[in-house]
Amino acid sequence: MCALAHYLERKGIATVVIALVHEHAEAIASPRTLSVPFELGRPLGAPDNPEFQLRVLRAALALLDRPAGPVLEEFPDPAPEPADYDGWACPISLPQPGTGADGSHERLVADEIARLRPWWDLAKERRGRTTVGASGYDIEEAARIVCRYADGGKPDAPGPERKLSRSLKLACDDLMAFYTEAATAQPGGVGSQDLSDWFWGETAAGRAFLALRERAAGEQDKGMQLVGNLLVLPRSQAHRAMA
Amino acid sequence: MTRYADMPEGMAKHLARLPLPEIEGGAFVSGPPLSERQVAVVSSAGLGRRGDRPFGPGAVDYRVLPTDTDANDILMSHISVNYDRTGFQQDLNIVYPVERLEEMAARGEIGGVAAHHYSFMGASDPAPMQSFAEDVAAAMQAEGVDTALLVPV
Repeated sequence: MCALAHYLERKGIATVVIALVHEHAEAIASPRTLSVPFELGRPLGAPDNPEFQLRVLRAALALLDRPAGPVLEEFPDPAPEPADYDGWACPISLPQPGTGADGSHERLVADEIARLRPWWDLAKERRGRTTVGASGYDIEEAARIVCRYADGGKPDAPGPERKLSRSLKLACDDLMAFYTEAATAQPGGVGSQDLSDWFWGETAAGRAFLALRERAAGEQDKGMQLVGNLLVLPRSQAHRAMA
Repeated sequence: MTRYADMPEGMAKHLARLPLPEIEGGAFVSGPPLSERQVAVVSSAGLGRRGDRPFGPGAVDYRVLPTDTDANDILMSHISVNYDRTGFQQDLNIVYPVERLEEMAARGEIGGVAAHHYSFMGASDPAPMQSFAEDVAAAMQAEGVDTALLVPV
């Protein structure tokens, strides 16, 4: 991000960078940088809080009036927490995850999707949008591809021409987005770590992802190894990796 | 979470190990007052329009986001799983603050909002992005944009 600022500035475009990693911003010293003390993934600080977002933007854009640089300023305030937040439980009661009678994930994940679907529909309607869709699969198809691979099968991943490793990664991202959008359909703030703990610890899809990553990490194909080792399981959930 | 000391240890170690590009002789472009500037967003969140090619490992190119793109048609295909996406799911503006910029333009705080915005995918080495960034700069200048707001994820 900071390097891009240098490339643009050299071509005559004035830049201002919002930076989430202070040490990187210091090292690259872009012409104008506002370093913000927010969680990775939330550069404007807080969702559904236009006033706070505007404060961040104004602080960043104000750096454009400085006569010389590089300028590195720090935004002083942390992101506001949701009011009275003391933990979260998923409003949709899913059965304890396990594996099906035949040891497979496919049926269990399909059941979860059916139960989450009305809440996902509601979330989509309330927000006027969904972030599900980068894989190009509908959600049932994404689940089938992920679970068949997790269960030791060889899924045929239809649709766009691409490697199975790419299809699995994008299908996982869409499934994760479907689950967390459904789980946050009702108003009230939720901590991102609570949502992540719920998905990885309490859903059959989380179990399927763990099986998928274990199998992918052991493949010969480099793309599969990348998916297994880095592109599905976040570091914050690494303790759940199967031995 | 802005300094290594405030992050989980694994994430801090990962970020500290990332090679950073060497930048020599940084330019510093002056411009008109903020109230006259035309502003475009450059994101590194791996954003694209629904139906665009998703970003993949090693991608150094970019996607174009017309400013009037429907919010439902902006998707994220960044490859990393080590940052929060739930904020983006709830509110596009937390990553891509075009609506906020339009509010600032309506109040006269900035001159205007560009007709096009751009997204790269920040997990890749930035050095090979340079020629793409230069294309973006040329596209901005062609539509009268003088200022880029760079937003990470």
